[in-house]
Amino acid sequence: MEKTGAEIIVECLEREGVEFIFGIPGGCNLPFFDKLYDSKIRLILTRHEQGASHMADGYARSTGKVGVCTATSGPGATNLVTGLATAHMDSIPLVAITGQVRTDVIGSDAFQEADAIGCTRPVTKHNYLVKDVKDLAHVIREAFYIASTGRPGPVHIDVPVDIQRAKIEFSYPEKISIRSYSPTIKGHPLQIKKALELIKAAERPLLYVGGGTILSGATKELRTLAEKANIPVATTLMANGAMPFDHPLYLGPLGMHGKYSTNTAMQKCDLMISCGARFDDRVTGKLSSFSPHSKKIHFDIDPANIGKSVAVDVPVVGDLKTVLKELNDQMPEKNHKPWIEQIKEWDKKHPFSYKEDQGKDPFIKPQYVIQELHRLTKGEAIITTGVGQHQMWAMQWYPCKYPRHFLTSGGLGTMGYGFPSSIGAKLAFPEKPVICIDGDGSFQMTMSEMATAIHENVKVIVIILNNYYLGMVRQWQELFYKERFSASCLTAQGGRRTKENEPDPRSLKYIPDFVKFAEAYGALGLRLTHKEEVEGALKQALDSKVPVILDVIIHPEEKVFPMVPAGAGLDDIIVDMA
Amino acid sequence: MESEIFVKAGLLMKDKNFEPKHTISILVENKAGVLARISGLFSARGFNIDSLAVGETDDPTVSRMTIVVKGDEKILEQVEKQLNKLVDVIKLGDYIEIPHLERDLALIKVKADKNDRSELLQIVDIFRAKIVDVADHSVIIEVTGDEDKIEALIRMLGSFGILEMSRTGIVAMARGNNSLTI
Ligand SMILES: Cc1ncc(C[n+]2csc(CCOP(=O)(O)OP(=O)(O)O)c2C)c(N)n1
Ligand SMILES: [Mg+2]
Repeated sequence: MEKTGAEIIVECLEREGVEFIFGIPGGCNLPFFDKLYDSKIRLILTRHEQGASHMADGYARSTGKVGVCTATSGPGATNLVTGLATAHMDSIPLVAITGQVRTDVIGSDAFQEADAIGCTRPVTKHNYLVKDVKDLAHVIREAFYIASTGRPGPVHIDVPVDIQRAKIEFSYPEKISIRSYSPTIKGHPLQIKKALELIKAAERPLLYVGGGTILSGATKELRTLAEKANIPVATTLMANGAMPFDHPLYLGPLGMHGKYSTNTAMQKCDLMISCGARFDDRVTGKLSSFSPHSKKIHFDIDPANIGKSVAVDVPVVGDLKTVLKELNDQMPEKNHKPWIEQIKEWDKKHPFSYKEDQGKDPFIKPQYVIQELHRLTKGEAIITTGVGQHQMWAMQWYPCKYPRHFLTSGGLGTMGYGFPSSIGAKLAFPEKPVICIDGDGSFQMTMSEMATAIHENVKVIVIILNNYYLGMVRQWQELFYKERFSASCLTAQGGRRTKENEPDPRSLKYIPDFVKFAEAYGALGLRLTHKEEVEGALKQALDSKVPVILDVIIHPEEKVFPMVPAGAGLDDIIVDMA
Repeated sequence: MESEIFVKAGLLMKDKNFEPKHTISILVENKAGVLARISGLFSARGFNIDSLAVGETDDPTVSRMTIVVKGDEKILEQVEKQLNKLVDVIKLGDYIEIPHLERDLALIKVKADKNDRSELLQIVDIFRAKIVDVADHSVIIEVTGDEDKIEALIRMLGSFGILEMSRTGIVAMARGNNSLTI
């Protein structure tokens, strides 16, 4: 049958099972949007293309399916770049389709022309410029295949507007094969054998679990391994939920703001088993003193991750789920009670903790808000975050019950990720509570998507832990830059403050007023200034029929502890200020 | 010259600051954008590519690139892994420890009056190069060989005055059974 390029795109997307497309139209993707008008795919009109890319990302992270976003040429395409880079760093499968100027004017500085594939090349797994309509269907099939297999990632397809209009005889490519692309799935049996021997011989083994475990869908296999060989599990920021938080073998998070006990276990273990983690500097601290006594096994689907920053004894390249199954079949029962007891001791010595505000008019503690949320939602809600202190508190105080329930920009650290990604996740799971734990700075980066949430009736909850600051920046300035708060205060001219001239934030006018902001959009806005209000407000939010903003005023001096200062070793963890 | 003998004996490798040259051949899909993808991986890490040669293979859908680059060994190893991951890269080989041939072709335009020509011819002969064009005041010399040979010839021709030079960049191939094919 004869079809236009635009019709082909829509048909291919439908056949891939796409449920949502997030994006904004413009001159160069109008033929595509015209065909979407009649499609059963639900179109979500966002207010900014960055929002579209994060929504597609939130959908992808929460479901495990490929998220799809679209934009017009030029500014539309460049606005997508942050979202693609965010997804790229965290290995999230996305397909982004952008319009491009007509093929005959590409390179002429045409109106709204940008070298879109040039812009996205370093931040995508692969990208395409389609210059012939007969390649289009193939390219889309390949894009979905590449995005979702191996180490997942975003794929960008740039389609000139004349290609969207061009007609050809169309037949759907049922099969595709890419000779130069074949990810390793099965682990090498010899390497698995070696890993097995190391695990059998270990006395103080530790599972170091990263986001790859969730991406691979290997959480059940992870649990089997942990239980069979009696190995405690520590997770990275990206792996919150890879092990149920209430499992007796689950220790908690690792890294810069992880637990004292997990980081100490990392330093003292005699065998580290890394599962889908990539030895990020926020986890390892100073490399020369990282886990000095351990043999290291590294399971990873990406051969480029092996030995990238830390030398390992037994690398196993393959899909974690497949590899762990293989390993578990041969794994004998083990017992490491003394080691596990030892870690529990460390945890008792320095658990995550916070002190109540001792002031006359005490502030709400951010940790308490998240604790209450955890209690009310039993740790089963989907949580998204911005980037900063609130993100770290969310990791510390909202350990998840399930995988794919903690959506955060770990690799790129993209402020503004939280709110739009919560919309994407809530669209996928309308029955589940979806809560964005955000910072006042981060929220302002993408808060225009409130209109999208209202129009699409997406009942997300945003909890702004409002410290009137770019709080994480302030924390670093307080600790390492002599308390010179340069451009981190969100209520001062030029953002400049010193500790001496710090007023009580509650006496200041915060711009914008987030409660009025919520009301302006038809959302529910509540400001919380006292501890007693927290439980009631959270319940009200969870029952709300419209999106909610809880503007929780917290103290600007609140800091995230423990902390391993950047560049220091894990042994140099600062437990708190005292 | 001496240093290269040591490199082959693997001795200088221990010196942290010594960065040996790597000659890398890559079989890639013969498509638009592939070169940018590959060079991007080097430039993003601040690596300068010493030489780059690209051409079709016997299979017109496949191109072969040969890249000569030096830099931090660990980073280079990472770049090679990243190159291997590119969807358009079919196969990659690093010749650093493999017996192989390297060839570069240079066209060198040298200042030469009638009375310079016999001396030039002698040099050209020794290097098994060719004079491929003669004009009133210049000649063009074509030479093929490995880098050392070409550099040596360039040094010899320096005293005549080099007017212009163009080099293809190195192409490489392993000796014997060791072949880079699909
Ligand atoms: C897009 C972007 N710009 C800048 C930064 C640097 N940065 C990291 S945390 C942070 C402060 C975040 O402030 P807020 O969202 O209010 O969170 P808080 O730390 O106060 O909880 C900044 C500016 C970033 N991560 N992302
Ligand atoms: Mg803040």
